[in-house]
Amino acid sequence: MRFYEHESKALFARHGLPLGPRHLARSADDARRAAAAIGGPVVLKSQVLSGGRMKAGAVKFADSPDRAAALFDEILPIVVNGQRAESVLVEARSEVAQEYYAGVTWDGRRKLPVLIFSDMGGIDIEEVAEKHPEHVSKTHVSTLLPVTPRIAKEAVGATGVTGSELNRIAPIVDALIRIFFEYDLTLAEINPLARLADGSFAILDGHVDLEAEARYKHEALLHELGIRPEETRQARPPTDFEIAGAKVDASDHRGVAGNVVEFDGNLGLIIGAGGGSLTLFDAVRKQGGRPANYCEIGGNPSVKKVCELTKLVLSKPGVVQVAVMMNVVSNTRVDIVARGVIKGCIESGRDPGRTIAIFRIPGSWEDEGFKILKYHGVEFCDRSVSMHEAAARAVARVGR
Amino acid sequence: MSILITADTTFIVQGITGREAVNLTRENLDYGARIVGGVTPGRAGRDVYGVPVYDCVRDITSKTRVDGSVVCVPPRFARDAVFEALENGIRLVVVVTERIPRQEVAQMVELAALRGARIIGPNCLGLISPGEAKMGGIGGPAANTERAYSKGPVGVMSRSGGMTTEIANTLTAAGLGQSTAVSIGGDAIIGTTYAELMPLFAADPQTRAIAIYSEPGGRMEAELADWMRDNGCTLPIVAFMAGRFMDEMPGMRFGHAGTIVEGVADTTADKIERMTKAGIAVAERIEEIPDMIRARLEEAA
Repeated sequence: MRFYEHESKALFARHGLPLGPRHLARSADDARRAAAAIGGPVVLKSQVLSGGRMKAGAVKFADSPDRAAALFDEILPIVVNGQRAESVLVEARSEVAQEYYAGVTWDGRRKLPVLIFSDMGGIDIEEVAEKHPEHVSKTHVSTLLPVTPRIAKEAVGATGVTGSELNRIAPIVDALIRIFFEYDLTLAEINPLARLADGSFAILDGHVDLEAEARYKHEALLHELGIRPEETRQARPPTDFEIAGAKVDASDHRGVAGNVVEFDGNLGLIIGAGGGSLTLFDAVRKQGGRPANYCEIGGNPSVKKVCELTKLVLSKPGVVQVAVMMNVVSNTRVDIVARGVIKGCIESGRDPGRTIAIFRIPGSWEDEGFKILKYHGVEFCDRSVSMHEAAARAVARVGR
Repeated sequence: MSILITADTTFIVQGITGREAVNLTRENLDYGARIVGGVTPGRAGRDVYGVPVYDCVRDITSKTRVDGSVVCVPPRFARDAVFEALENGIRLVVVVTERIPRQEVAQMVELAALRGARIIGPNCLGLISPGEAKMGGIGGPAANTERAYSKGPVGVMSRSGGMTTEIANTLTAAGLGQSTAVSIGGDAIIGTTYAELMPLFAADPQTRAIAIYSEPGGRMEAELADWMRDNGCTLPIVAFMAGRFMDEMPGMRFGHAGTIVEGVADTTADKIERMTKAGIAVAERIEEIPDMIRARLEEAA
């Protein structure tokens, strides 16, 4: 989950990293007061969970409090890569002598964190790595050995930085590595780190991503930063339909019946498991089908959970039928899923035979499941029908 | 032969008294596995389907040869359980647990490398050498497992546990058995990648072709393509790529923890291109895999 710039900076500040005076503004008045308090030129930056702010015109400079207030109103409505801002960061604008880049992220191939440092900051680091590889260092960091200062020193030194500059930058980079580990981040980035005209250093922009799986370990930090438990911080905020799906999944700890993502089609999908859902969603689209949603069922969800998920999908406007499909299952009981979807149809006031376009879940307890489906007149198939063929039948039945 | 496990492999189950672990123990025993003990702290003296339970891994390794362990404990205890297995000399650790923070997975993997051990998973269903033995929930109850899996020449590697069985079942139905099928796990960092299993499959006389299930996210397919090229490997490989719709939805996570498109290299388009260039055939549908494998086997012969 990505942090806003102001949250990332608050985290950096907690660890004593150098930051200029700044205030978060939620109104034009806030922005005016912030600029007055800072005194002197300021920069206003829209707070969105996306890069490309400068290009979108969502970063602007002001020389007076009144100008800051006016720019706040200009910047706030700008949508950056689909992201809408709720606040604007007002920061002192300082004269920069040189910019650096420092970032820590995971290298999946090496299965280790990698520290990336460059003495050419402020621009896209991948571009620098391509055009000026001698100005970028990549240093892998052990997850077992303690973080000691030599890691940052070597990384900074490898780009040719030396003298007092090396001794001032290395501790900042060292702290960044520690923050990466302490908060289970998947990205901790400062870009740029600036050496100002007066010789001091300041983080001008930075951002961090916290791993969703580790969220439970960092409740205190999230609370302190004002990040609410329901904020997922995905590429786009969840829809009401998706929030309802998450509630269905959370209602019972047994099995999975969730990860609902809303689409705009006529065919509801009750599909699983992780890889099976990806395969089936592709298969439906390949047949020219229009899915109304993505979801994942897996493990052994209760009848009630499958029933509630079915009701939710059927409640979505425009959903004509649902297709119930999975790969050959190992642990999910076919009869329980069959009971759940049939119950969901009936409780939605729909006839299961007409509502379920196809049922394709082969595996344990399938004979019991098939018996129930037959009784309710539901079209089903066993493992002799492939996932793609089942998807094709569903699409043919519901119509494109 | 097969890779990693045979009927001879002895292993333990850590967290054996948990609900999922109890089922898995039963299913593995029914399929012929040699489970020599289980561990749940404070539960020593009990048994699960005749498998004695101990407090510590050491209580078992001090008495008998233990080749492997299946770790099936809640996420917050997983790292400790894996460390315990590794520090007691176990060389093959299958981690079933999902939702383990990445840093802790990296620590397990780093320690395993130091100890000369191998981790499969996390977030996986384990592995099976059909007709020999299985470790983990792969294939489910023994009767289901026997229906989907059969002994033969095809090695299977999959980022999805369920799709491992779907592919094996499709191969079996077409008369193509499997040497070993490995559910490698769906996380961003896993103990053993496709490329890391390739030397084992390449050296296995039973394995004559490979089937792969793949998804968006990560660099594992690029790593495999590089491995094929660098090693001049001629073992025929057919891959299936799921989640093609995700190429249009950057930043959204679907399916598994490691399944997200953040950059171009994460997209299915990029992965398909890399694999194709390395001579790996990419199937459009699961049911195409058997014929594609047959064609390549004939070509090789």
